[in-house]
Amino acid sequence: MGKFKVVHYINQFYAGIGGEEFADHKPEMRDGVVGPGMAFAGAFGDKAEITKTIVCGDSFFNENLAEAKKTLLDMVRAEKPDVFVAGPAFNAGRYGVACGTICDAVREELGIPVLTGMYEENPGAEMFKDKLLIVATKNNAAGMRDAVPKMAALALKLAAGEQIGASIEEGYLPGGTRVNFFEKERGSRRAVDMLLKKMAGKPFVTEYPMPDFDRVEPNAAVVDISSATIALVTSGGIVPKTNPDRIESSSASKYGEYDISGVEDLTPESFETAHGGYDPVYANADADRVLPVDVLRDMVKEGIIGKLHDKFYTTVGNGTATKSSKQFAAEFAQKLKDDNVQAVILTST
Amino acid sequence: MKLKVGYIEIRDIMTADKAEVRDGVLYVDTKALEAIALEDEHIKSVKFDVARPGESVRITPVKDVIEPRAKVEGPGDIFPGMTTKVATVGSGTTHVLRGAAVVTVGKIVGFQEGIIDMTGVGADYTPFSATNNLVVDFTPVDGITAHEYEAAIRTAGLKIAYELGKLGKNLTPDETKEYDFPSLMEGIKKYPDLPRVGYVLMLQSQGLLHDTYVYGVDMKQSLTTMLSPTEIMDGAIVSGNCVSACDKNTTYHHQNNPVIEDLFSEHGKTLNFSAMIITNENVYLADKMRSSDWSAKLVDYLDLEGVIISQEGFGNPDTDLIMNCKKIEETGTHTVIITDEYAGRDGTSQSLADADAKADALVTAGNANQVVTLPKLDRVIGTLDYTEKIAGGFAGSLESDGSITVEIQAITGATNELGFSRLSAR
Repeated sequence: MGKFKVVHYINQFYAGIGGEEFADHKPEMRDGVVGPGMAFAGAFGDKAEITKTIVCGDSFFNENLAEAKKTLLDMVRAEKPDVFVAGPAFNAGRYGVACGTICDAVREELGIPVLTGMYEENPGAEMFKDKLLIVATKNNAAGMRDAVPKMAALALKLAAGEQIGASIEEGYLPGGTRVNFFEKERGSRRAVDMLLKKMAGKPFVTEYPMPDFDRVEPNAAVVDISSATIALVTSGGIVPKTNPDRIESSSASKYGEYDISGVEDLTPESFETAHGGYDPVYANADADRVLPVDVLRDMVKEGIIGKLHDKFYTTVGNGTATKSSKQFAAEFAQKLKDDNVQAVILTST
Repeated sequence: MKLKVGYIEIRDIMTADKAEVRDGVLYVDTKALEAIALEDEHIKSVKFDVARPGESVRITPVKDVIEPRAKVEGPGDIFPGMTTKVATVGSGTTHVLRGAAVVTVGKIVGFQEGIIDMTGVGADYTPFSATNNLVVDFTPVDGITAHEYEAAIRTAGLKIAYELGKLGKNLTPDETKEYDFPSLMEGIKKYPDLPRVGYVLMLQSQGLLHDTYVYGVDMKQSLTTMLSPTEIMDGAIVSGNCVSACDKNTTYHHQNNPVIEDLFSEHGKTLNFSAMIITNENVYLADKMRSSDWSAKLVDYLDLEGVIISQEGFGNPDTDLIMNCKKIEETGTHTVIITDEYAGRDGTSQSLADADAKADALVTAGNANQVVTLPKLDRVIGTLDYTEKIAGGFAGSLESDGSITVEIQAITGATNELGFSRLSAR
């Protein structure tokens, strides 16, 4: 097997051109390795070769973003590397942002795997760690010796299309993607160790930092409910009997839209639940318990509400990713708006 | 309370006319066991099968996994209040047939049950690929309700495991461990300088196939309460749930609770294991508030310095977990929580359904939405008919070549939140 082809991106400082006063250096592509590329070449051995090094001034990149991006993408496109490596940028802010930006563009537009490295507090890390693999480095160039072997190993995996392990195994900054792996100790042991540290006031690292929770403020109350069209939406999995769209019993990948015009009551012959997360016996016996069509029909007759919307939207909340739920709701909320529905009753289980 | 546990290593299970344990082999008399199962009028027939580590066997849909144990000396008997008389267990001597398990299989509601693969990639995700399993496949009589069927299978599984456990009663164990759980005051006197630590064990209690029983009591009808961890080793807690099998505690998990095990291993050295609290995970908000209030009240009253809280399940119980964590932290007690994640198949979604900044020390058992392709295996015990409907399955899960692609949430014990396994995520 031949060597993997690598294109390496560095700034004017690491190319030996100069510091701040040369930061408007225009993009150029050189053959072979420049500056830290030497260390990478050593780490790659005979498995990969840096065929080209692209050098660009940090100010030039950040102040001429569109032009710089286009020029750099053209250079990378022409070389067709197996993997694109930028930096490491350590704690240099503009360099970090440039590395992140160009990596993101190469991956998005050219479909080439990319890798960079920086210190966790580099602004580029915050901007790109959810989208890119960024190897965690020290905050200055003294960390080069440490960073290069980690980056080189990961770059080779990327070039070979191998599966990338969890951040803690590979040494990249944890970002937006959770990856499973087998720990050395079982969970209970790790919990005991973490508790001992926490009680002793020693540092410990949680395995999942709490997310910023997306809390939704309710809308203002409907002024006149007696003339409003009300729709029913449920995460309780109520579907027409036989679950025609095969909504999953857990971790739903879709939602259903079903017509209930003329339906006065949900009977066990016509509706059931697809939900796997609760005792289905009572919902299957009378699905109105989860999706109260019968009660709302009565309320229409009694003049309490104006109308029950002809369609209902349904999915299974059980183990369904919040990201999927958000996407389903964004879609059918628009449909409900287009159908002039004034209010929605959301039922869970 | 002091319990001596003697482990008898079992390296194989075989059927025979005479039930016994000889040279590490558990010989089972399936006729006698069948008679025990058929004592229940709700069960029409049973089939027995043996699945050994490394065999090309897939077991599904799994209801429960139970370890055979026997009470050798001391009050009460295994599974008190369930299949034996109510009496306080947890002291004296207990024998364990380690390496053997009873696996119950049946199709109660048509979905939601677990998979155990004895070989291949699936075997890495379930601890029961490493045990010798006596699989019992139940068929109910016609016309019984799902609830009756569930109770019948659950009880029959316990009775069969009990019957096997008795075979180890008079044997000399290969290994013996002693677990000493002193009274509160004794513990304080004995270890005055060690931090006093408790364990809050959350038990699933949401209805059919989501229930847990403690001394025979349906946990959803109980308030948060306390017991000795050694009682749990004697079968005081049994499982009645298997839905989204990855993070449900089988009876086997309870019998071998790893948090209890690991707290005992530090007991008297770095900490003083002082309290075992069990609480429920009911579906009603008022119940959640009441039970978590109660957990925090007990922790506060006992003046513990730290607690480990383990969850069972996900989604709805995330609320119970966060309530317990937050309220216990507010009493000034340090917490570590053990949970698992539902971060989506691509791992990019928020992992929990509830969150709080106070939950700053979390151990994760992995992302249950991770997709895995399980190869075709030579033999299926049970049925693949429900593969696409089980939690973790989806349309297209069952390939024509017999392989199945599912989320690991379908695999029994894959992301167990007692921290039973090594799977994690970052």
